[in-house]
Amino acid sequence: MNKGLLTFPKGGVHPPESKELTEHLPVEAVPVPSQVDILLTQHFGAPCEPVVKKKDQVAEGDRIGDVEAGLGASVHASVSGKVKNIGFAAHPITVRAPCITIETDTEAPPRKFEPCEWSSLSKEGLLAKIKKAGIVGIGGAGFPTHVKLSPPPEAKVDTLIINGAECEPYLTTDHRLMLEHAEEIIEGAKIILTILGIKQAHIGIEVNKADAIEAMMEAVSKASLNGFDVKVAPLKVKYPQGSEKQLIQSITGRKVPGFGLPFDVGVIVQNAGTTKAIYDAVVLDKPLYEKVITVSGKGIKRPANLLVRIGTRVSDIVSFLGGINEDLAKVVLGGPMMGFAVPSLDVPVIKTTSGILFLTQDEIDTSPHGQCIRCGWCLEACPMGLSPNEIGIYVEGGQAENTAQFGVFECFECGCCAYVCPAKRPLVQFIRLAKMKAKKSM
Amino acid sequence: MAPEPSILAVSVSPHIRSGESVEKIMWTVVACLLPPLILSIFIFGFQTLIITLISVASCVVVEAVSQKLLHRPITIKDGSAVITGLLLAYIIPPGVPYWMPILGSVMAIYVAKHLLGGIGFNFFNPALIGRAFLVATFPVAMTSAWLPPIRHASIFKYMGGGVDAVSTATPLYVLKHYGLGAVIEKFGSISTIYGNFFIGWRPGCIGETSALLLLLGGLFLLYKKYITWHIPVSMIGTIALLTWAFGGERAFGGDPLLAILSGGVIIGAFFMATDYVTSPSQPTAKLIFGVCIGALTVLIRLKGGYPEGVCYAILLMNPLTPAFELWFKPKRFAAQKGALK
Repeated sequence: MNKGLLTFPKGGVHPPESKELTEHLPVEAVPVPSQVDILLTQHFGAPCEPVVKKKDQVAEGDRIGDVEAGLGASVHASVSGKVKNIGFAAHPITVRAPCITIETDTEAPPRKFEPCEWSSLSKEGLLAKIKKAGIVGIGGAGFPTHVKLSPPPEAKVDTLIINGAECEPYLTTDHRLMLEHAEEIIEGAKIILTILGIKQAHIGIEVNKADAIEAMMEAVSKASLNGFDVKVAPLKVKYPQGSEKQLIQSITGRKVPGFGLPFDVGVIVQNAGTTKAIYDAVVLDKPLYEKVITVSGKGIKRPANLLVRIGTRVSDIVSFLGGINEDLAKVVLGGPMMGFAVPSLDVPVIKTTSGILFLTQDEIDTSPHGQCIRCGWCLEACPMGLSPNEIGIYVEGGQAENTAQFGVFECFECGCCAYVCPAKRPLVQFIRLAKMKAKKSM
Repeated sequence: MAPEPSILAVSVSPHIRSGESVEKIMWTVVACLLPPLILSIFIFGFQTLIITLISVASCVVVEAVSQKLLHRPITIKDGSAVITGLLLAYIIPPGVPYWMPILGSVMAIYVAKHLLGGIGFNFFNPALIGRAFLVATFPVAMTSAWLPPIRHASIFKYMGGGVDAVSTATPLYVLKHYGLGAVIEKFGSISTIYGNFFIGWRPGCIGETSALLLLLGGLFLLYKKYITWHIPVSMIGTIALLTWAFGGERAFGGDPLLAILSGGVIIGAFFMATDYVTSPSQPTAKLIFGVCIGALTVLIRLKGGYPEGVCYAILLMNPLTPAFELWFKPKRFAAQKGALK
């Protein structure tokens, strides 16, 4: 099944997919929670400043925080209600972050969105809508989308890649989105192609999502493409197939240079979920204030694919799904390879949360690590051709500053090295430490 | 009300791990090494089992004591000391006194392994250091305690100490000093030699004789992807090629098969030269490493003072591993764009 499919040549691993828990479950909407915590740092860039005050009334979809200067994306109220507090709350990645807490007005009617015609809009008009809706790369990185879609004029972009690889185990959000919203994603791709002024788009999907590939192919054949060249690219199942650089190489054969960006090789990559959000922003004028997430793992009573409001706390989702199992050992926001473990259930969902995993002891491995035995498996697994073993040894030996020679700054922390390490060494942790210390010494 | 989580584990990603572990690798290697031991009991007698058990036990004890003395965590359960113990016993003659492997294990585990930093930091193969130490200190026993395979006698024949009972010569010794004709005279026709040597029916060290069983173990390690083909193939290939070219009375008249089936070529190629920390990690480096070991082995066998050269060939190449790691690095994903070199 995997023979002859598109893939990247170097490195990668094959963790158990564990997608069977949720891949057949249609997306269901979670009831509006009694309050939401809208974090002001949900993206790559500067934190938002609140544009509302305590006790203000806000409606679903209202802009409540914005970035004045620099990189960023505005945040919106995901419920109608009253601003209860502007303070701090738990953040899934940075531990603590500024936050606007809104108490939900349960009487308020849900907001309705009517589709509009977008083809008459200019490139600037489309980008303005995307910026206004606060769209960021919701696959994980949270890079502001309006910035990503405005490559410098000297970049000769000719190809768009819609990333539907979803190579992280457990996660099935893009899978369900592509199945249930194929037409919207194609329409979103057309919007992006219009903005970039190019014709060619590939939709990369790993072949473990055969039904999604079929649905997208059907949507492509039915869509009025008006000269756009949109193709579905079935990909080999191999982690990290959905990593930007690996995906570009799998589909186009081009290699993004070290410390370069995809537009250096003429490519822009957008996640399937982000593409759907772009459709919502442009066609429905709907800001990004709710998203589809996968809730999975053996530690939750009922795994599901959920449509949740941004700012919904994990604990509210747990109660909606009937609670946790007693042997729950770890809660991870994101996928098991790159996600963030959180210490409590008070953490709110943010734009880049792709899933919440409730993992039991037999799904994780907390055995202590030993010395590097130099088996070299991490060298083989690393898709970037780095030397995680050396970085780890240097960090342990107090030489973190000297790890740039092993490519520490090219590492995007996919976790393949630590996944295969038989000595259970926390290589990603070593690498993060090395990055911090090496940066300081520069 | 749903149960509240008691304490949640928090750590840096990844949160899932492959099922492999150091213990699993090491104990798999141990399992792959056991069949030759069982065969050696029937070839050389029951004392080989005793020598091996003493070697393994003393390696494990020395490992525990070393780690205790050096204030390191005690890791005897990981099986790596057991491997060293097995390998050390496998590369000493079957007629040595029982106390000899104890000395070898102190040298192998304490000096060659733990004084250099423990697992992953030794730059010589510990078992080979153990053997080299014994050869240097007890040259007579280590080069003459050979026993002929037992034919019709009890496996307990040599229990009281083999050296005095009977001693023979290894095929490589005969070959080196008396030529191929003498080997055939002593060990039978060339086809009989191939058959017997392949199964393991020849004088030699305790666990090195059975090419068949060692190959099966080695192939299983290849199948498990615990080792790669590069070092075994390049090392054995080089030994065959160079022996064929230079090992005969005329050029290209040597017997490559005899060279591979004698001495410690198979055990060295699959179980020693592939040792993780003392061999390079990159495929090209592995090939060169294997070729060098093969060439050194043949050089020692043909021109050196010892009839067998695998042990010293591997030991000579071992400390070059860090250099190989510097010379051959994994290929980076793509060329650098900006600064930050």
